[in-house]
Amino acid sequence: MAAKPEPHETELSRPYWDAARKGVLLIQKCANCGKLRHYPQLVCDRCHSLGVEWVEASGKGEVHSWTVAHHVFHPGFAGEVPYALVTVDLAEGVRALGRLEGMEAGALRLGFPVEAGFHVEENGTPVLRFRPAGTRRNDR
Amino acid sequence: MSLKGKGAVTGIGETDYMRASPKDAFELQIEASLKAIADAGLSPRDIDGIIPIGITGAPAEAFVTNFGIPDLRFSAITPLGGASGIAALQAAVAAISAGICNHVLIPSGRNVSSGARAGVRIHQMPQFHLVTEFEYPLGAISPAQLYAPMARRHMELYGTTSRQFAEVAIAMREHAILHGNAVMKKPITVEDHQNSRMITDPFRLLDCSLESDGGAALVVSAAERARDMRQPVVEILGVAEGHPDSPSSITQRPDITRLGIAKAAPKAFGMAGVTPEDIQVAEIYDCFTYIVICQLEDMGFCKKGEGGAFVEGGRLRLGGALPTNTHGGLLSQAHMLGMNHIVELVRQLRGQGGRTQVADARLGLATGYGDLGDGALTIMARA
Repeated sequence: MAAKPEPHETELSRPYWDAARKGVLLIQKCANCGKLRHYPQLVCDRCHSLGVEWVEASGKGEVHSWTVAHHVFHPGFAGEVPYALVTVDLAEGVRALGRLEGMEAGALRLGFPVEAGFHVEENGTPVLRFRPAGTRRNDR
Repeated sequence: MSLKGKGAVTGIGETDYMRASPKDAFELQIEASLKAIADAGLSPRDIDGIIPIGITGAPAEAFVTNFGIPDLRFSAITPLGGASGIAALQAAVAAISAGICNHVLIPSGRNVSSGARAGVRIHQMPQFHLVTEFEYPLGAISPAQLYAPMARRHMELYGTTSRQFAEVAIAMREHAILHGNAVMKKPITVEDHQNSRMITDPFRLLDCSLESDGGAALVVSAAERARDMRQPVVEILGVAEGHPDSPSSITQRPDITRLGIAKAAPKAFGMAGVTPEDIQVAEIYDCFTYIVICQLEDMGFCKKGEGGAFVEGGRLRLGGALPTNTHGGLLSQAHMLGMNHIVELVRQLRGQGGRTQVADARLGLATGYGDLGDGALTIMARA
């Protein structure tokens, strides 16, 4: 099986990945005005402060949209098609993209309640996954 | 100062479009450019501004060297993916109106076998590093997968259907077959579309644009000067670019059913002093069928959510109320980053549209869509 692409962490995003490997979903919070933001950015787009804190997200969210890949776009995913990518409105007000698990994509609808978890791949990459709310299992 | 009517497209050039061209990207750019310059009745040495299009666009220096251009006064790059061509028109007219230069060449050309596949290039571009870091490792590899959630949400919110997507694909194919210089030449039906392989839901194979080789180029000059040049004058009445909210991540965009062109459209229509109802022919960027529907809404041809119904009943086909992509578009002619859309608009407004000529077309538009939702729109008229 071909290798899957791995995230190229930066200084800016390292806290996210360090936490993800432990199964924790972190998002940035402006140290000045408190606005939450994701994906990681250098500057707060509301108050333009460079100060940043990281807070743990609840992992709860609702489905905003999705797509189901049938084509093998990358050989590393050849054994996984079809697979669904879900765009989720996290309760904190930011979005995340993750892989759907624990249900058929055909049952998805806008607003479907889900919860986040991480699955650490063999190559060490933590992959964000969303399951139907209330069915979370710990697979760190 | 408005740019309305200040510039004109005075030269257009295209190569044959095909798969697996024996010519490399630069040769295709040179071939299209020489055709466009000759079409304008100019010598290559008359070019004094250059805006190369796309990541395979040769640098201005390469044209200066090969054409023996004595005094290049203006060069720029417009990094909006498939909206770059129309953004380049805006830059060209601005530079010409300011007196910086006289004749701007906008060259493009690609050979996908040399590594310029649209499907992978986002991950090579620094402005999308967050997509590459956070989405690529999940298996979100292709633009199709990044755009599909926009279409899915539109379908869920408004009841837009895959059969409505098919209407777009069929119109483009019909036009490509009539036009002649096109990669796809076999007629398709709604059933063909519905039976085509699912790529990434809701996009089927026939919702997706081509990977093809070729070149397309434009020459832009002052409208005033165009009157003494070789071709019927096609003036740029309106032109604008628009960047979507959260331009480097679709996932984080507040409204994923609204593209950058929603910001460009009021500016371009306002500049031109016309409304969508006035448009006689449209060349709308069609990397995916859904993107056509979304742009029609964002430009105000119909309300948000009504685009699916709008394209039904053959409205986009020749003879319909809004003949669209009379060349076959990216879906059936060739993927020339939308440069072929601009070339075709000019051809239509000159009355040189051949078998896909829209009768008496005097006012039309072309759009661009690029990267993660950049948009651009130009409105042109025969003077």
